[in-house]
Amino acid sequence: MKLKKRLEETEILKFIKDGDQLLVGGFGLSGTPLTLIDRLAASSLKNLTVVSNNLGEPGKGLGKLLTGNLLKKAIGSYFTTNRDAVQAWADGNLEIQLIPQGTLAEAVRCGGAGIGGFYTKTAVGTQLAEGKEEKIIDGERYIFEKAIKGDVSLIKAQKADRLGNLVYDHTGRNFNPVMATAGKIVIAEVDEIVEIGTLSPSEIVTPHVYVDYIVQSNYAKKGGVYVASS
Amino acid sequence: MRQADRIKIAKRIVQELEEGQTVNLGVGIPTLIPDYLGDKHLILQSENGLLGMGPTPPADEVNMDLISASKAPITMEIGASLFDSSSSFAMIRGGHIDVAVLGVLQVDQTGEIANWAVPGETILGVGGAMDLVVGAKKIIIATSHTSKNGEAKFVKELSFPTSGITKADLAVSEHAVFKFEEGRMKLVEILSDISIEELQEMTEAAFTYDRLLVKK
Repeated sequence: MKLKKRLEETEILKFIKDGDQLLVGGFGLSGTPLTLIDRLAASSLKNLTVVSNNLGEPGKGLGKLLTGNLLKKAIGSYFTTNRDAVQAWADGNLEIQLIPQGTLAEAVRCGGAGIGGFYTKTAVGTQLAEGKEEKIIDGERYIFEKAIKGDVSLIKAQKADRLGNLVYDHTGRNFNPVMATAGKIVIAEVDEIVEIGTLSPSEIVTPHVYVDYIVQSNYAKKGGVYVASS
Repeated sequence: MRQADRIKIAKRIVQELEEGQTVNLGVGIPTLIPDYLGDKHLILQSENGLLGMGPTPPADEVNMDLISASKAPITMEIGASLFDSSSSFAMIRGGHIDVAVLGVLQVDQTGEIANWAVPGETILGVGGAMDLVVGAKKIIIATSHTSKNGEAKFVKELSFPTSGITKADLAVSEHAVFKFEEGRMKLVEILSDISIEELQEMTEAAFTYDRLLVKK
């Protein structure tokens, strides 16, 4: 059986270039690939677009890419909790594309499922529908939302087996399974790497076909929160 | 708003909820609701991927990967299930949630909601608000009657950006309960000791009422 290539975190930069669109899992800091983000933040990459629900918190998680000036644009649903992001946008230093959370999840799901886009009632008649095609279906108003894909997906799971099958920790699952489907290259940061056969086929959430590389996390959970272990 | 008023609103909304309903609670006052359910049991949905949300855990059982949509630590009830964000919003947008209880910045007299942006201010967050407005079978608003600056939140026409064309069903403030029906707002109950004139004074939106209700 072909095992997934296990990468050292230092190797991930080989797969990411200036101007790439990155799909990043996580909800706030939960289920976020903190090690991969640290490695990016320490690089000289620039003009990146990040697709993620939030932009971490000020100076934490994806917030580090902002303070490190790696970002050109952020696409997500909720930036209010990172005042740095709001300020950078107000100063004209960051483009922001605001998308309803359900539309974001579905657009990425479509991107990974070979679907070009979808019609939804969400945001009909609002500022977020401006410029979007509208269509009446069975008497109700819908807008068209285009699928979202990425160059590289950076996701976080609890465990991977050596084939790359993934399981998640509770609500740390969030956007990770859909982000895993829609990137040309998918790198999964995990707390633990286990032997094939250890994970029950019934519990696997992300089948290995979606995952290209596995990186061991540098963070460990202590008292319920992730703490850098090195 | 005083905490006692926030609790009053939460308790009054509990009366509108039915045993076993699937409910999504927004941030702010709605998050008080689980504390005032009494014997009533609801299934709480959290849009970051959990059906069957339980109360806050003791400090030594906190797990940052088991959190609510407000990013606060939570627990799971027996029978809970976990899923990814696209499944969670399929649940919301597909009409599988019975009730959404939401805070608002404004609501107009037809029941249209504004709860995600303020003109001229840099608030860049919509989260799941627009999905919930469209998808939940019933929308209940939990709000202070006026803004912090004393401006009406129940308005004739929204001056803040709308959250969608779907109308709310009911709104509860510290002073009153209003129902929205066929594009009109109707006073159902007065919750404080103010007169109808005082209520009209602080409510820019036009509402109808039953005289018997007011005199009681």
